[in-house]
Amino acid sequence: AERTNLAGVRHILLVLSGKGGVGKSTLSTELALALRDAGKRVGILDVDLCGPSIPRMLRVQDSAVHQCDTGWVPVFVGQDKAIALMSIGFLLERPDDAVVWRGPKKNALIKQFVTDVAWGDLDFLIVDTPPGTSDEHISTVEALRPHQLLGAILVTTPQ
Amino acid sequence: VLVLSGKGGVGKSTFSALLAHGLAADETKQVALLDIDICGPSIPKMMGLEGEQVHQSGSGWSPVYVEENLGVMSVGFLLSSPDDAVIWRGPKKNGLIKQFLRDVDWGEVDYLIVDTPPGTSDEHLSIVQYLSATHIDGAVIVTTPQEVSLQDVRKEINFCRKVKLPIIGVVENMSGFVCPKCKNESQIFPPTTGGAEKMCQNLNVSLLGKVPLDPQIGKSCDRGQSFLAEAPESPATLSYRNIIQRIQEYCEQRDLQEEKII
Repeated sequence: AERTNLAGVRHILLVLSGKGGVGKSTLSTELALALRDAGKRVGILDVDLCGPSIPRMLRVQDSAVHQCDTGWVPVFVGQDKAIALMSIGFLLERPDDAVVWRGPKKNALIKQFVTDVAWGDLDFLIVDTPPGTSDEHISTVEALRPHQLLGAILVTTPQ
Repeated sequence: VLVLSGKGGVGKSTFSALLAHGLAADETKQVALLDIDICGPSIPKMMGLEGEQVHQSGSGWSPVYVEENLGVMSVGFLLSSPDDAVIWRGPKKNGLIKQFLRDVDWGEVDYLIVDTPPGTSDEHLSIVQYLSATHIDGAVIVTTPQEVSLQDVRKEINFCRKVKLPIIGVVENMSGFVCPKCKNESQIFPPTTGGAEKMCQNLNVSLLGKVPLDPQIGKSCDRGQSFLAEAPESPATLSYRNIIQRIQEYCEQRDLQEEKII
């Protein structure tokens, strides 16, 4: 059988919250950096299609992605290239372009992001999500189902 | 009036609730507050209406009234338990939003305020589409000062332009914190790229005002009370009141313009 793009990923973590603005993307970024510092190979999949924050947080907002024969090549962060990142932020023509898509179109892209990114071998794949419990979340969990999910980290603030 | 933001957690619902309270302070005005955040409805709690249910009558769904002249509708009122997750895809969410607009018996209303979830997706497209037969005065866009928020808010501004939704202006929440003890001002969310002020200049939209952080705001929201009533002397209250007044003036201007056309 063909080796899937997620076959080399050891652990998959989802970062979730019902609420917006509590620090999901911030935590995803810091967690990735901490794991990298601990010598792990890390990938981040940013499925927040309307408000992708990770590229800026890792200072790669001006990067572009390209395709190879197994799918999309993620953006590698830093000199050591120890963090791989895929975000819709990289597919926008201009950073201020709004992604004004309804659910079905979002679902199609998320499915592609989950299955068609050539991650290679990773110790951890962190999936950063938008707030809510809707299309992005349902599609992401569905697309990841054949693979082993380590679990979800839920982020909140005190109020 | 639509209350929007590209970004989550910047104070849309807080602002919507206070705008509703502020406008309803004039007892001659009838105010309606519609919460179309289907996954994370904050309005029931903020308005002190948790646990309320929606009643049906011959004339449709009845809004839940906070005051005689302030009615509220939210998916929150349709849940059996407040922790029930609404795990719906876009089309189902759109269906409910349509029902909210069509089947709720709002009566004669001077102001309809629509609180939205973060983003530029189904809910936002649908509300603009469904309200296109009537008119929308405009959108109030809420942000916080940091670039991570602004980058999402610029997208929202572009969304408004794309769907030809007039922008009343931008509100910058969490804009500085003044310590009640030493009176020192701190920037909890530093405006590293010039904040909403610079963004508004660049994009030629109005900055309606900046609201400082006040821990009482969160507390009042959690307790379902109007922050404006609980902390009338707070600098945040003054900011909010100024912003609400500017929005009223904007709407009144449009009334006058329409009258001229007629």
